[in-house]
Amino acid sequence: MTVQVELVVPDGQVWSGNARMVIAKTLDGDIGILGSHPPVLGILAEGSVVEILDPEEGSSAQGGMRIAVRSGFLSVHDDRVSILARDAEIGSQVDRATVQSRLDAALGEMGPGEEEPAEVKYSRALLRAAGDRS
Amino acid sequence: MAGQLRAIRQRIRGVQSIAKITRAQELIAASRIIKAQQRVRDAGPYARELTQAVEAVVSQSANIDHPLVREPENPQRAAILILSSDRGFAGGYNSNVMREAQGLRARLRERGVEPVTYVSGTKGITWHRFRGVETAGSWHGFSEAPRHENAEEITQTLFEAFNRTAEDGGVDEIHIVYTEFVSMLTQNAAVHRIIPLVIEETTEEPVSGPIPLYEFEPSPQAVLDALLPWYVESRIYQALLEAAASEIASRRRAMKSATDNANDLLEEFTREANKARQAEITQEISEIVGGADALAESVAGKE
Repeated sequence: MTVQVELVVPDGQVWSGNARMVIAKTLDGDIGILGSHPPVLGILAEGSVVEILDPEEGSSAQGGMRIAVRSGFLSVHDDRVSILARDAEIGSQVDRATVQSRLDAALGEMGPGEEEPAEVKYSRALLRAAGDRS
Repeated sequence: MAGQLRAIRQRIRGVQSIAKITRAQELIAASRIIKAQQRVRDAGPYARELTQAVEAVVSQSANIDHPLVREPENPQRAAILILSSDRGFAGGYNSNVMREAQGLRARLRERGVEPVTYVSGTKGITWHRFRGVETAGSWHGFSEAPRHENAEEITQTLFEAFNRTAEDGGVDEIHIVYTEFVSMLTQNAAVHRIIPLVIEETTEEPVSGPIPLYEFEPSPQAVLDALLPWYVESRIYQALLEAAASEIASRRRAMKSATDNANDLLEEFTREANKARQAEITQEISEIVGGADALAESVAGKE
């Protein structure tokens, strides 16, 4: 049982394909979507990572992809999962050095105790999607 | 006589160089239009999905009460976002947009609403500065190839104005004036009100089939809160992209007719130059013949 996944950003479709499961983080918490999931429309948490697991058995470490999402939503119906993001990048395509330096610069500007701006959250999500476990 | 010929030749050279410039502009525009159209098409899926999601929330929650859809009881100020081009050489593109904007301003004033102008594109900015019309915000540098960040920036500025009260310099409505891209040959300047959004009740089935009964995470209201600003942003982005395609298409058309005109002129001037040259030659011949005749007569007279 697979779901058909579509990742769309304002400039077009970034990726589409089949997946065994999609794991995303909405404002309410983590959600995992397998085939025959009831229709859901959820807002994704800012700067979160969406995991798309390959149709073959296996964990995300072996087969699958991780996508960093700045902000967006996810809609599920009839075994179709659409992920709409205002900005998104596939983990394997992230340039980690650039993102890291951008993150460091942004953190340097921030005062202690301030809430992290969306940009910082997105940078962190990019790094997480690229494989960092921080 | 010789002076006339020289003047015509000079004009021919001038027109030739103009034709070269306009031809180059036409070719550049022709090569860019495909890309611009492609970008309009690429942006389609995102806008469609977003519209469907908004429709789904709106159709499943009985009472929508959101500032973005609430019709203001007594609107006092309305923002107008005008999308113009950064460069000229685009025929009537900018003047059509400005005419629509003027019409909208007049209509708003009739209703007793004070228009507040926001402009994108250098041509629009200078148009307003020249006429002394005050603008509340302006952007430039991306009219031919807008990026999503530009739409985000514009949306943010407009939302800030929308969230203030009218006394505080805020606005109750947001209108957009831009050029819709209908086809390569037709582009229409149009006015749309983007805020407040109009919710239409309909019993018709949506084109994409019945709307699934979604479960909303976290809640319908929260989903709507997040979706509506993105929806407005996407409408503005779509307008920017269409305006860019229209700009390039009208530039291509304007430059093509300019090149054609220049070529017609060249033909005319060449004919005139030939006539002048011929006249010169004819005169020279008649002078020579006349001279020879006179010489022959004087020789004959001596004998």
